[in-house]
Order: sequence, then structure tokens, then C-alpha cells
Amino acid sequence: MSMTTTGTGGTPAVATPAGRYGMADLVRSEWTKLRTVRSTLWTLGMTVFTGLAASAIAMGVTRAHWASMSASNKASFHPIEVSLTGGYLGGTLLLGILGILVVSSEYATGTIRATLAAAPRRPMVLAAKVLVFGTVTLVVAELVTFAGFLLGQALLTSPAPHATLSSPTALRAVAGAGLFLCVVGLLALGIAVLVRHTAGAISAYVGVILVLPIIVSAIPGSLQDQIERLLPLEIGSAMINDPAPAAFGPWTGFFVLCGYTAVILAVGTVLMVRRDA
Amino acid sequence: MTLHRERYDVLTTRPPAESATRGSNPLAEDPYARRHGSDTDQHETADAWEHGRQIPAAGKEDSVIEAQHLTKRYGDKVAVDDLSFTVRPGIVTGFLGPNGSGKSTTMRMIMGLDHPTGGRVTVNGRRYHDLAWPLHEVGALLEAKAIHPGRSARAHLRMLAEANRIPLRRIEELLGLVGLASVAGQRAGKFSLGMGQRLGIAAALLGDPGVLIFDEPVNGLDPDGIRWVRKLLKGLAAEGRTVFVSSHLMSEMALTADEVVVIGRGRVLAQQPVAEMTARSTARFVRVRSPELLKLRAALDQQGAQTVFEDGALTVRGMDEVAIGDLAASLLITLHELSPESASLEDAFMELTEKSVEYHGALQGQARGGDR
Repeated sequence: MSMTTTGTGGTPAVATPAGRYGMADLVRSEWTKLRTVRSTLWTLGMTVFTGLAASAIAMGVTRAHWASMSASNKASFHPIEVSLTGGYLGGTLLLGILGILVVSSEYATGTIRATLAAAPRRPMVLAAKVLVFGTVTLVVAELVTFAGFLLGQALLTSPAPHATLSSPTALRAVAGAGLFLCVVGLLALGIAVLVRHTAGAISAYVGVILVLPIIVSAIPGSLQDQIERLLPLEIGSAMINDPAPAAFGPWTGFFVLCGYTAVILAVGTVLMVRRDA
Repeated sequence: MTLHRERYDVLTTRPPAESATRGSNPLAEDPYARRHGSDTDQHETADAWEHGRQIPAAGKEDSVIEAQHLTKRYGDKVAVDDLSFTVRPGIVTGFLGPNGSGKSTTMRMIMGLDHPTGGRVTVNGRRYHDLAWPLHEVGALLEAKAIHPGRSARAHLRMLAEANRIPLRRIEELLGLVGLASVAGQRAGKFSLGMGQRLGIAAALLGDPGVLIFDEPVNGLDPDGIRWVRKLLKGLAAEGRTVFVSSHLMSEMALTADEVVVIGRGRVLAQQPVAEMTARSTARFVRVRSPELLKLRAALDQQGAQTVFEDGALTVRGMDEVAIGDLAASLLITLHELSPESASLEDAFMELTEKSVEYHGALQGQARGGDR
């Protein structure tokens, strides 16, 4: 209410600010939403724990068995990949589920109607969600990949060959894995905007991430390679490993993944605007 | 701005902490502050509302909800059918209709949550979507417990306040007002339906809005809570706000609403003041007692009135007490009682909606041989 009565003075109980609600207000609101439910802390905590534990176990075990490993096993041992695989797989699932919950829990509980009553411009609401969730995920994912890498390499003492951040491809693999996790989490968030139900969205996401590769692996010949390189997990693998011959290069793959996420979020925005909340 | 401040003062005539512990509003008494509550406190609250009534409704003329030919179809099913009505400031407007008559759908369309298939609805002359600071203009309680069960009441209000730049101190004030201060940090999943309603009411009042929309606000509340909501609604209207409240409980609306919009099967059946609605009803009748009741009845029947014997008295419909009295006098019939009985809102409502209640049609369909 933009009322301007004068008289006894004093400030109104709730002054209406100038202008219009905007991105900054919604980002603040989304940040409060994200940090005031336990599932966020649990999921992020599990992501960090999984990443560090998997790296420590894989590298520790490798070190312990190094002396008895065959020459070919030693030759194919890739210290960067082994230190990142656990965090990258765990993060793909856990951060994906968090991305889904950020949206689907609002629909499940009816909070979405309170959200949209406060901010009826739906694309802006979704953008604020993407920004907040994306930022938090990126920070946590980079933390997991860097810490996992450093912890794992520290456990890998001579004679086993360990990597450092200045090793070739190491920085790309570590930072890139974090970027991958952030974008794949946003992909999951986008799926939840389309599906709106937690169980349905998780099924769809796990289907794309884990089930699709199994189906594709049944396809014969070179067609399999052509399709396989389009799969999110293959794109992630190419980022932390030396890419397989048929796969996309790490940044090409990453660009493709960003494309998926952008398309899903764009379709999600259109549906969110059109559908009844 | 002064007006704004005073309107708010009505809500918290005492400091929030005090109102939470002393039960200065009936709702706060229950269940957390009941032991502190007393009747005098409630009278004080009533005085506060009276104080509110003295405040003119100036500056609120534009706080209206206007629906024009509002229509909502889900496939073949018409939920809301060409609805046109206006909700004015300064009074409580009841939105009456049987369950499934389209009340909630209409309210969601006002809030811009559901898209109309046809027609339009505006708040303060604008589509909800175009409001600059929606919570500062419109507050709504659409469904109880529409809150994440893992989030606290305080966090729920906080995320709403932040979205519309409402000062955070307002949250504590409202938590005190609705009597949730002591449980504000607990997970809302533990809340009863009544507590969920109170949180919803706090959320609606957060931005001190001029327009308030409540969908079945007394659902799940105990008698004290119902009384509190009734006072709240009337107080908010007396402050010049536009108050639109749906209910399927006629008795509740009779006590709360000044004007009613009655819908059935998605259509507006009537929009009129409550008093007018009951006055127009054919359920209105006159009770007559007389030692010569049979003679009087014959005369009334001749005049075209409908008469029924009930408990030794005659119930007369279709003629008012003046005509009956005159008729009796002309026939030199002594009358022992001549009392006009106004219809209850419930009677008037039943009359209006009788033909539109969904299951009515279904039952008739069954009687015709059944298609199930």
C-alpha cells in the first residue's frame, strides 16, 4: 500500500519499500529456505563425507597393495581419477537428490503457493533457486573434489606415484569435477521442475544417470560409442580421466551437459509459468 | 502513513511478548498460554477492536477484489463458471458455497496461482502477477499446513518476509500475536491443524496488507480459536481492509460476514448483505397463536398463504405479520401470539444452493435407474 497520510507521525508497522521485489529479495529468501531444512545439511554433509572417505579408502588400499600389484595394474593406475571417482559418483547422486528436493519439496508441502504468492513472477523464482542452489553446490562440490584429491594424494606415498595439482590435467580434473557436479545438480533441479513429485523426479534422474548407460551398453558397435559419449556420467568420466577415444573432450562434454541443463530448465520455466501451482 | 501505523496498533495494542504470555488475545491462550489467560484480558482485546472501528477507512477505497466473468475449466469439468463479483473494503465478505463449489479455485485464481480459462480477476485494479510487493498488498491463508514439515514456523515466516523485504522484527510480533512464540523454533511438522492455521494467519498478516483472503480459516480451530478468528476478521475489516473469507459453515458466516457472495457449482447465486439475504428468504415465517386457530387458518389459506400447524401454533409463510394481524382483526379473531421469525442464513443458503449441490444431481441420476 503506497499510502501517504500525514498526522501523528511515526513509522508504519511495515513500510512498503520503493520499487518492486527483485532478484536480491528472492535470493535471500531461497537461501533461507535452503538452510532451514535438515535435508540440506544431511545431503551436503554426506556428499563431503562420501567424497573424502572414498578417496581415502581407494588411495590407502592402493598404497597398501602397491608392492603386490601387477605391472599392468601399476601402469594403468591413474592417481587423479582414483582420488576423484568416489566423490564424483556420490556427489552426482546426492547433490542431484538435493537439487530435486529443493523444488519437489515445495510442491509436496504446498510451500510453493506461499512462495508464488510472495513472488508471482515465476521465472524469477526459478532463477533465484538456480542461483542459490547452484552457488551452494558449486562451493561444496569444489570443496569435495579439492579436499578429496589432496587427501588421497597425501595418502599415496612413494613408491606409488602420486599426483599434485600441478600435474598435467590435475587441476582441470579436480576443478572440472566440481563444475560437473554443480551442473548435473542443476539438471536434477530442472527435472524436478518438470516432474514436481519427489519420487518421480528421483526416478527420472537416476534413470538418466544410471539406467540409461546400461541400456546403451546393449547397443552394438560404434553406434554405442556415439550414444555413450552423450551420457552425463561419460561426460563426467572424461573430465576426471584421460578421455576414451570415442568420448567428447572434457570441455566439449561439459558444454554438452550445460546444454542439457539449459534446455531442461528452459522447458521447466515454460511449464512452471503455464501450469497451475 | 499514520493510518497504516494505527491500523497495525490494533493488532498489537500490547507489546508482543506481553501478548504472548498474558493471552491478550484468545488464541494466544490456547494451548500455550491458557494458564495465563483470563476473561478480563479478552475484554481488553475487545476494546482494542472497538478502538480499531473508530479509525476511518480512508485511503482504502482502492483495496478491492474484482472478478469479471472468471471461468476455470479442467477438461470437461467446469469448476468456476462465469463468476463476477466485487469484494469491497471495510467489511467482511463471506464466500459461501458447498464443498466443491469452486471457492478454493476462485481464491487461487485471485492469487495468480491458478490461471483462469476465461475472464479476469484483479486486486487493487491490477492482476496479482503485476503487484510490486504482493505481500504488502495481499495476505492469504489458502490451506492449512502448507509448510515444509522440517522447517520451523520462524524460518517459514522469514523466507516470506525476505522475499518482500518485510522487516524481520515483524515475524516475532506476529508469532506473539497468534500465540506461536513458544513453539516458533520447532519443526512445523509437529504442529496441529489449529497451529498450522495460526501460522497461516501470521503469514497472511506479515506484510500488513490491505486485502486479506482466508480460505476456511476456522477449520481445525477450537472454540476459543474460532472466536479469535472471528474477532480478527471483523477487526481487520473495521480498520478499512478488504476481507474475503470462504466457508461452508453458514452459522460461522452469519456471525462474521457483513456481506456474502454465494456460489454453487461454480456460479454466483447471490451477492448481498447478510441481513438482506435472510430477509428475502422464503424461509421467513410468522408464528401465530389464537384460540380460533382453525378459523384463522381457513381465512389465511383463502388469502393464498401457506400454513402449517406446529406445536399448537400456526406457522404462516407468504404473508407478513401486518397482513395477518389485519386479517385477524377484520374477522374479530383474538390473537395470543403474532411473532415474525427471520430465516437463518443457513435456511436462506440452503434455499439458494439446493438446486446446485453436486450430489443432488448424482442422486437423481441414480433414481432414474443409475448409470454406475
